[in-house]
Amino acid sequence: MIAGLNEPTEGNILIYGIPNKQALDRMGYMAHAPLLYDELSGMENLRFFAQLYGISSDAPLTKAMERVGLDPKLERRVGQYSQGMRQRLSLARAIFHEPKLLLLDEPFSNVDPDSALQIATLLAGMRSGGATILLVTHQVGLLANLADEYLMLSHGQLIDHGPMTRGQA
Amino acid sequence: MSAPFTKLAWTNVSKDLRLEWRSRDVFNSMMFFALIVVVVFSFAFEREDSKPVMGGLIWIAFLFSTTMALNQSWARELRNGVLDAYRVSPAPAEALFLGKCLGNFILIVLLECLMAPLFVIFYNLSSVGPLWQLVLVTLLGTWALVVNGTFFAAMSIRTRNRELMLPLLLLPISIPAVLSMVTGTAQVLSGDGSPNVQLKFLAGFCVIFTTACFLLFETVLNAE
Repeated sequence: MIAGLNEPTEGNILIYGIPNKQALDRMGYMAHAPLLYDELSGMENLRFFAQLYGISSDAPLTKAMERVGLDPKLERRVGQYSQGMRQRLSLARAIFHEPKLLLLDEPFSNVDPDSALQIATLLAGMRSGGATILLVTHQVGLLANLADEYLMLSHGQLIDHGPMTRGQA
Repeated sequence: MSAPFTKLAWTNVSKDLRLEWRSRDVFNSMMFFALIVVVVFSFAFEREDSKPVMGGLIWIAFLFSTTMALNQSWARELRNGVLDAYRVSPAPAEALFLGKCLGNFILIVLLECLMAPLFVIFYNLSSVGPLWQLVLVTLLGTWALVVNGTFFAAMSIRTRNRELMLPLLLLPISIPAVLSMVTGTAQVLSGDGSPNVQLKFLAGFCVIFTTACFLLFETVLNAE
């Protein structure tokens, strides 16, 4: 709903004071599905999506791929990537335009523990750089040094919320 | 921060053509279907008798091949949820629509170019009227099918029976255009009358439906 894929039944969503659909260039979105074309290579995927954001240079794309631990020169098509590599590339797709708001749905699923830790460190860096991150996960432990606040849901109901502490993680 | 509209549309066209070049899933099925139509009907008609029905025959092959192509061109946007990545980007929905239309149009025109020699071989096809009129009828007719088909394929993409839904939506609304295409093509091939009225009708049809589809596409794209 925040990303504009669903309409709220009532009310408005404002991002930095403007309606969410006008703030799409400030948002990065990573869904459970990878949102990538299987027939294109990683860099070709990023190039296509970068054009949608008005970015025609390869530099931010190369940087995003390196930040998630992928080789920008890898010519293999995404259809031949492992689940973990797809997950990383999906994250690169969400961050190449340096969004101020990052919406992440299960970014640690399908990745090995080392990679999950690497992604958590990357997100911590983005948070320190001023980005707001809204993250949904079942792997709460990885958020110990990352999250400021948490909301715990069970069966669609909010059952707990508050500032995040290492003990809660 | 979004790129100019035409550049975005072209980005979509080049992406679609690249995906098709690598997978060939749309073009192969289109080509195969059109080939079957040409070969099977060649058994039914003598070469000399086929001229009166050629207008219909040509458009049967292209109409159903087009329907097949349009369904698949949207299906690849649903794989891995890629369409959502487009929807959360600042790029306008209309650029995606124009890109899809142009990409499909290029593929179908390519199919028509490849099928033309086969029609000549199997049916001894020749044009009595001016060839440019035949080309114009074909291009306008193809655009009429593509623009409506791309729109209705997007509309039916999230339905369970999308392969069935597209022809159900597309064919009734395209009947006036199909009549003009078939009549215009037959008139040029036989030299029996001028296709000027059909050409004007097709041009009007293309303008009206292109405009309507453009205006409504964003609503269709974001409909749940």
